Amino acid sequence: MTLTKISHPISLEKIRLLVSKSIQYRRAILKLIYTAKAGHTGGSLSCVDILNVLYNHVMDITPQNFNQVNRDRYVHSKGHSVEALYAVLADKGFFSTELLDNVEKYCSDFIGHPTRSVLGIEQNTGALGHGLSVAVGMALAAKKDGRSDRIFTIMGDGELTEGSIWEASASAAHYRLDNLIAIIDHNTLQITGRTEHVMNMEPLEAKFTAFGFAVRHVDGNNVEELVNLLENVPFEPGKPNLVLAHTIKGKGISYMEDQIQWHHRVPTDSEYAAAMLELDAAEKHLEKTDGRF
Amino acid sequence: MGGFNLQIGKTNLDTFAQTLMELAAIDRDILVLTSDSRGSGRVTPFAEKFPEQIVEMGIAEQNLVGVAAGLASAGKKVFVVSPACFLTARALEQIKNDVAYSDHPVKLIGISAGVSYGSLGTTHHSLHDFAALQAINNIDILAPADNFETIRAIRAAVNYPRPIYIRFGKKAMPNLHTPDTHFEIGKAIQLTPEREKYDVALIATGETVAPAFMVSQILTEQGVSSCVLSLHTLRPFDENAVERAAARSEVVITVEEHSVNGGLGSRVASFLMQAGVFRPLRIVGIPDEHTITGSQGEIFNHYGISAQALAQTALHLLEKEAA
Ligand SMILES: Cc1ncc(C[n+]2csc(CCOP(=O)(O)OP(=O)(O)O)c2C)c(N)n1
Ligand SMILES: [Mg+2]
Repeated sequence: MTLTKISHPISLEKIRLLVSKSIQYRRAILKLIYTAKAGHTGGSLSCVDILNVLYNHVMDITPQNFNQVNRDRYVHSKGHSVEALYAVLADKGFFSTELLDNVEKYCSDFIGHPTRSVLGIEQNTGALGHGLSVAVGMALAAKKDGRSDRIFTIMGDGELTEGSIWEASASAAHYRLDNLIAIIDHNTLQITGRTEHVMNMEPLEAKFTAFGFAVRHVDGNNVEELVNLLENVPFEPGKPNLVLAHTIKGKGISYMEDQIQWHHRVPTDSEYAAAMLELDAAEKHLEKTDGRF
Repeated sequence: MGGFNLQIGKTNLDTFAQTLMELAAIDRDILVLTSDSRGSGRVTPFAEKFPEQIVEMGIAEQNLVGVAAGLASAGKKVFVVSPACFLTARALEQIKNDVAYSDHPVKLIGISAGVSYGSLGTTHHSLHDFAALQAINNIDILAPADNFETIRAIRAAVNYPRPIYIRFGKKAMPNLHTPDTHFEIGKAIQLTPEREKYDVALIATGETVAPAFMVSQILTEQGVSSCVLSLHTLRPFDENAVERAAARSEVVITVEEHSVNGGLGSRVASFLMQAGVFRPLRIVGIPDEHTITGSQGEIFNHYGISAQALAQTALHLLEKEAA
């Protein structure tokens, strides 16, 4: 595995800020799931650092420019991890954080998957394997109109078995969509078990390369690495970008990490309390260090 | 609720999974195909007990159904177990061409059907499956109401000669039948006593049969007689039972966990009109709008799929008829 070289390090202050946001988002995700008594805990915790870096450092998407045409776009293809998206969008000011107490409640706009009823969400998802096609369409529209918008999407690694992903991949390369950045949340787990045991899709790098992507690896739970990689898109002009983000499902809470049952388990009272203590400890640790892992 | 008690059974989902275990033990040609759905389909114990009889296809519903058709063509008795929403939307062309049109007797099991997934929203609801499949020739369509109907439907499916789709939810269901009830694919079951005349005919399918049955009890207390049919099979459609129930009743109400377009109600209405049985009719189901957020129960209540609301619907319809 070749990790991309760090080209120009960002300020330590910015890293600290991002690391502290990741902790804050993990709190919000767990609180939301604990309150709703439903949610996809593991997958939200595995992709939240990527969303953090995208929304706070890489993408140009704000409540102010959301209704404009000329801006970046994000499609949450692994829609079940909606909690991570809700946490980040609330922090970005798309809606008030209190609304997250209503997730999945009767007549709420905030359901258990992304929908456009919520400001900041671009596309309704939840059935896997749709996001990349929609992102291809958005990227193609930007190219046709000569705009510099970039389109980002995160997919699950289990999701990659949907045939539509590969149809979308062919079209992304065919139309030379170097403004498309597809990120795989490669946590190696899905519902039933290890992704390679359920349906082996390796070698992923070779597959995506053969389909015409410029492929890069990154530690998807390391904000500094994510920043340095995602600042430098397109990786190769004329090619769509594919990021294999190596992540840990349930990242950040020791007893949830890499545990299959946390795909959609809801923490009990004591589990929730323990998780919050771990996040407090992470925050204390951050105060004492430079924020690097 | 009225003064009656229905004994709560298991979920139809668990009943299905257990029945399949019993059948697979004596028939090695039975295969279960899953799409990262063995947990949701409660077939994890099946996978442990019969590792040679389960085939995992990953999150790839189109391939899932295509492969099932191929296996069935070679004599395997294939049960495809996948959420109804993805199975009948994502893989619809495979169902139409590879299974129904090519006439391979695949058994498609749509789990967590209707609005069982509640506030996970429209991507996870199957309110289109009856409509889509009714427009495709050569696939039978079942929605068992309780554990009894589920056991019978699954047993009947094993050696069924045609493609068949069976959908159910994941909520514990009340037991509506006695063990000696006659079950046959394509034959509705009447849950209320036989009479010459009824005020209301309530025709329901799947998990909405229970509230329809409870209505009959509420209505009886108010001196209103009713004929409740569990139309567990949408295709082949039991014309005789529906015509008989409607012809003997003043008004007709259909109840389903499906869009009001193209499901049980549409089928009943179209049939009765063409049969010349003209009755005031209400189709109760999920209306043609953006479905509200809520649990299955909240969605049911919101759209009038509860015993209380159905009783009101019946009384209003009868009042109008009398006026
Ligand atoms: C088309 C479709 N099939 C099945 C599902 C049910 N489902 C939800 S999440 C999931 C597992 C996803 O695994 P992965 O893509 O690896 O996501 P992650 O590990 O990041 O949670 C499945 C099968 C779905 N949402 N959509
Ligand atoms: Mg995964």
